[in-house]
Amino acid sequence: MITKTRPGRYGEFGGQYLPETLMPAVAELEAAWLDARADAEFQRELARVLRDWVGRPTPLTDAPRLASAVGLARVLLKREDLAHTGAHKINSAVGQALLAKRMGKRRIVAETGAGQHGVASAYYLLGSAIGPHPYPAMVRDFQTVIGREAREQCLARLGDLPDVVVACVGGGSNAIGIFSAFIDDANVKLVGVEAGGEGIASGKHAASIVGGSVGVLHGSRTLVLQDEQGQIRETHSVSAGLDYPGVGPEHAALGQAGRVRYAARTDREALDAFALLSRTEGIIPALEPAHAIAELSAIARDAAAQNVLVCLSGRGDKDLEIVMREGVIR
Amino acid sequence: MPSHEAATSGLLRAALDGGADVLELGVPFSDPLADGATVQRASEIALRQGISLAECLAEAATIVRDRDATVLLMGYANPFLRYRGGLNGFASDAAHAGVAGIIVPDLPSEESAEFDAALDPEGLARIDLYAPTTPDERLARLVPRARGFVYCVSLTGVTGARRALGADVAEFVGRVRRHTSLPIAVGFGISAPEHVASLRSVADAVVVGSAALDAVSAAHADRRAEALRAFVSSLAAAGRA
Repeated sequence: MITKTRPGRYGEFGGQYLPETLMPAVAELEAAWLDARADAEFQRELARVLRDWVGRPTPLTDAPRLASAVGLARVLLKREDLAHTGAHKINSAVGQALLAKRMGKRRIVAETGAGQHGVASAYYLLGSAIGPHPYPAMVRDFQTVIGREAREQCLARLGDLPDVVVACVGGGSNAIGIFSAFIDDANVKLVGVEAGGEGIASGKHAASIVGGSVGVLHGSRTLVLQDEQGQIRETHSVSAGLDYPGVGPEHAALGQAGRVRYAARTDREALDAFALLSRTEGIIPALEPAHAIAELSAIARDAAAQNVLVCLSGRGDKDLEIVMREGVIR
Repeated sequence: MPSHEAATSGLLRAALDGGADVLELGVPFSDPLADGATVQRASEIALRQGISLAECLAEAATIVRDRDATVLLMGYANPFLRYRGGLNGFASDAAHAGVAGIIVPDLPSEESAEFDAALDPEGLARIDLYAPTTPDERLARLVPRARGFVYCVSLTGVTGARRALGADVAEFVGRVRRHTSLPIAVGFGISAPEHVASLRSVADAVVVGSAALDAVSAAHADRRAEALRAFVSSLAAAGRA
């Protein structure tokens, strides 16, 4: 469905828009990653850490009161909020850290916009499915455990696949992780929900797919929020994790191919969804996946959508101050 | 980087008066990932004044017309891609302005096909950058395709004036020279006449960016052009001696 013209390319999106200085480093990384992927011992060690330290597999929780409130037959929540550290990010962090160790790297650099010094001794750990190849593919690979588990759990629970899978999309790591297991299931609809901020029309949002255009940012050709000169715009969202002016290139391609429907929900809608899930099921979501919960009523309008799987990418303890300030909880 | 204070054309003339053979005009971008603090700051100032690629071309056209200067535009991929008329529109306008070529730090050879397809028919060069980290196998494959001149980055890092150049610059340039007969320019970090002198037997040209910007911003507002002229002159002298 998506033409992979060469590794790292998803249709017209993806690539490695990097200074020459870094090209050998990403080539080394890609080779090491592919080697580790094929190594049974590496996979066993990764599985062990995910099981014993991260707490996988994460449960699939039925949310009958939420389903009733939004007009769906069943809502199943994939509980990445119950993973160690409270979010799905740990899956890729652990995978990349083990890979760095395997490569003999002595230091980890993580998303500080750090410079290129120490390229040889350090490893750049990227937290989402963005950036130059191999990062989007590698992060997807480490997050695909979410989708694999969820698909098995749905079959066991429903005796069938879900009608719709929905996830929030910032850079796109939890979404690609859960979507990846269902891409080839033609009857399963996939919905990605971006941060609508104060509304698309206001210009104050972070919805790169719904409100953006093609551009090159942070090493990849993807959909970005930019002005007419190609300068990247400031973004706005109540949720920090979705507040990014770009999106993973694979999502850009999936949207263009029509395999995934991307929507945007506003800050207000996400805050209301935060309260709704908390009250109906006693589960406090992070504001990021609250955007996915906010899309459920719209999904329910399609009569064919009865059973919906939601990726609950993280828990919301970190967001209580914001939520109280916004008057959602009194 | 251009600015609205109309200082830019004065600075460009000053650089030429000081002996610059080629002018590199920076196109501001919101996310300059290959640049250190000096160029980042210059880019921010330019962006705050709303400087666009079109204005950079206008600035280039003026100096090319008035002084028959050789001008290159240095900028990141996105502003070129989003130019009115796309890459073809840009290449046409750049050729009309008399620009000689462009340098795009986030465009490796692997991603350059669409740029080259637009630039080649207009006779514009895209200057490739090579780094000390580039393995011989890669140099052998890519350097023969270079246009204009070959830009050797002297160090593993971002732009910015350094006190000392990397120890292995000569060795690196030697590895590159095996694959081309085009002139080789060395850049990144060069900030003093001693650096230029040490490169006389190694490279055919030196590229000085941040240090020139530093010289300009360190000077009093109405003495900036003269400060730049003097700085460039000191480097040019070291290159000739």
